[in-house]
Amino acid sequence: MAKLKSFGDLETLKKSITGKRDPKKSVIAICNGTGCQAYGCKSVTAAFQDEVKKQNLADKVDVMPIGCPGFCERGTLVMVRPQGIFYQRVRPKDVPEVVAAIGKNSVVDRLLFTDRQTGAKVTHESDVPFYKKQRRLIIGNNGLIDSTSIDDYLAIGGYNALAKALKMKPEQIIDEVKKSGLRGRGGAGFPTGSKWETTRNAHDEVKYIIANADEGDPGAFMDRALVEGNPHSVLEGMIIGAYAIGSHQGYMYIRNEYPLAVKNMRTAIQMAEEYGLLGKNILGTGFDFTLKIQRGGGAFICGESTALMASLEGKVGEPRAKYVHTSEQGLWGKPTNLNNVETWANVPIIINNGAAWYSQIGTKGSKGTKIFSLVGNITNTGLVEVPMGTTLKEIVFDIGGGIPKGRKFKAVQTGGPSGGVIPESMLDMPVDYDELTKAGSMMGSGGMIVMDDKTCMVDMARYYTEFLEGESCGKCLPCREGLRHMKAILTGITEGRGKKEDIALLEEICATIGDAALCQLGASAPNPVISTIRHFRAEYEAHINEHKCPAGVCKIGAAAVK
Amino acid sequence: MADKKQKEVVKQVLQKHQHDKALLVDVLQDIQAEIGYLPKEVLVETSKGLGVPVSRVYSVATFFKAFSLTPRGRNLINVCMGTACHVRGSVKVLEQIEKELKIKAGETTPDLKYTLETVNCVGSCALGPMVIVGEDYHGEMTPEKVVSVLANYK
Repeated sequence: MAKLKSFGDLETLKKSITGKRDPKKSVIAICNGTGCQAYGCKSVTAAFQDEVKKQNLADKVDVMPIGCPGFCERGTLVMVRPQGIFYQRVRPKDVPEVVAAIGKNSVVDRLLFTDRQTGAKVTHESDVPFYKKQRRLIIGNNGLIDSTSIDDYLAIGGYNALAKALKMKPEQIIDEVKKSGLRGRGGAGFPTGSKWETTRNAHDEVKYIIANADEGDPGAFMDRALVEGNPHSVLEGMIIGAYAIGSHQGYMYIRNEYPLAVKNMRTAIQMAEEYGLLGKNILGTGFDFTLKIQRGGGAFICGESTALMASLEGKVGEPRAKYVHTSEQGLWGKPTNLNNVETWANVPIIINNGAAWYSQIGTKGSKGTKIFSLVGNITNTGLVEVPMGTTLKEIVFDIGGGIPKGRKFKAVQTGGPSGGVIPESMLDMPVDYDELTKAGSMMGSGGMIVMDDKTCMVDMARYYTEFLEGESCGKCLPCREGLRHMKAILTGITEGRGKKEDIALLEEICATIGDAALCQLGASAPNPVISTIRHFRAEYEAHINEHKCPAGVCKIGAAAVK
Repeated sequence: MADKKQKEVVKQVLQKHQHDKALLVDVLQDIQAEIGYLPKEVLVETSKGLGVPVSRVYSVATFFKAFSLTPRGRNLINVCMGTACHVRGSVKVLEQIEKELKIKAGETTPDLKYTLETVNCVGSCALGPMVIVGEDYHGEMTPEKVVSVLANYK
């Protein structure tokens, strides 16, 4: 394929791609995300390819492996389009029946989703309760494209935003992003447009941009799904950002625990380069931008911007104090703009639809949608994208389907190890940056771990503290030593060796770490302990005073007699 | 010669990354993927090739969880210890594997057949507890199921 040298070339290419596609042809879309791979989606995909040939339907039906549509609980997911039929838990043995049904224009009843409340079978994807209340601006496209095909992305309007942006002035783009109200999706919620502006205005010829795909929060996989399932949306956002900021070199830092994400992003970059959407003189505008992938090495701390940059420089991933912002002095001492993957993926949508349209979605201080990874003791595990301001109750019960096995809801942890638990009494809270912070938790990258009444809160606090202690980089003392002591105290409590003064001591250490740690990961490390003490103090007291674990998790036995 | 081969691997990987110092973590990942671990000689060779002090290469190789300075088994077992898997009982699955293979997490069996490690979330939370052997993902593991899964890896 020859490089695209102008906006006209891009239009011509798009027309030729869509012109070749037969809208009447059915498409069997099979989820090939990491989640469904564990269900064996590769053999399901292969079976569909064979079966379509066998039943002589190759001219009527296409088979398309797609990215994660989010409903991991019911994998392997198979969608038949344009009919919109939604099949779940599909195994290779079911394939001949599904293909035959397409030929006969009918539906395989037994593979349809059953609505638990009404007991009725649901035929169409859009009617499945899990999807109904969502607003899938960002992740919705995962289900429409083969993530390894740039043509698929172009066919659904991909790179339109880039073409539009390259006709705008950089300042206009920044203004649009500022007006949209977009805030960083990685956790801190810093206004994206302002960050871009600072980097643009920094006095240096060389500037860098970075996409943070080092999704270290255990229990969160939104960014994995995006990089795996729609890598071009992230790329497009980055190219637009680079142009607005005036950067010609970007890095994408991806966790090595996500091999498929690395592979798909590599393919995407290569294809974009072949089309001339990345590299020198993009679309004949004279703008140059290249992008490199760097894989992480399995360190939670590298999700912190300065630690990530240190690691990019080939050093140990230790953070530094941010007296000088990275937008002034970041990677190699140059102005650097770092955004999370999901933030970048929002950019093309804002440019395409305009800030006025985008800022209608969400709440006063938090605009747009947010993807959450809904996991733990929840009926419908998966990725959920909702407008900011949706209540926790709607997310957990209406979309998530509530708690399985007839158990009761106890709490939900948002923000991963840096966030806190939110108890049942606060379920009506609208989810946005400011409300979550007020509740003593944080948005974080979007992990939501639901816990039922068989979960021990002291054990959860111990689990997070142990995780953080292991991941502490060890550079500053409050985090390194504080977490070690907190872990020892919490382990003592869960083993029945708790002392009356332990709670006060924990609170004191928490306050010190919060004030004195060098980086945000350290400063927020006490959150799980602070919030469990705040909302579930009685549970701590039961462990300490009565040597009892009310949830029945902790093995308080012989040790308790001492 | 094993040494020669290792040197060749380092040379090729460095060429692939155009001797970019910034990509040290990536370089080490690729070398480890070829050799299986990072022997001392390889760290020295990488340091020379990139022009960074060997102390820096060593600190990076020991800082990140992904690297091993000792030989690893043919089958790398990773038990996911992410929150979702934890809530669903991954600790019991790990304990069962430790019992079965008679090694602790982070160790390798003497016959170099298995290396057992833990990972903080692979992002397949709907299917926890997850056990990953090599490149194969096994979901919804229980202490009973994991034993028969391991038997498939020789």
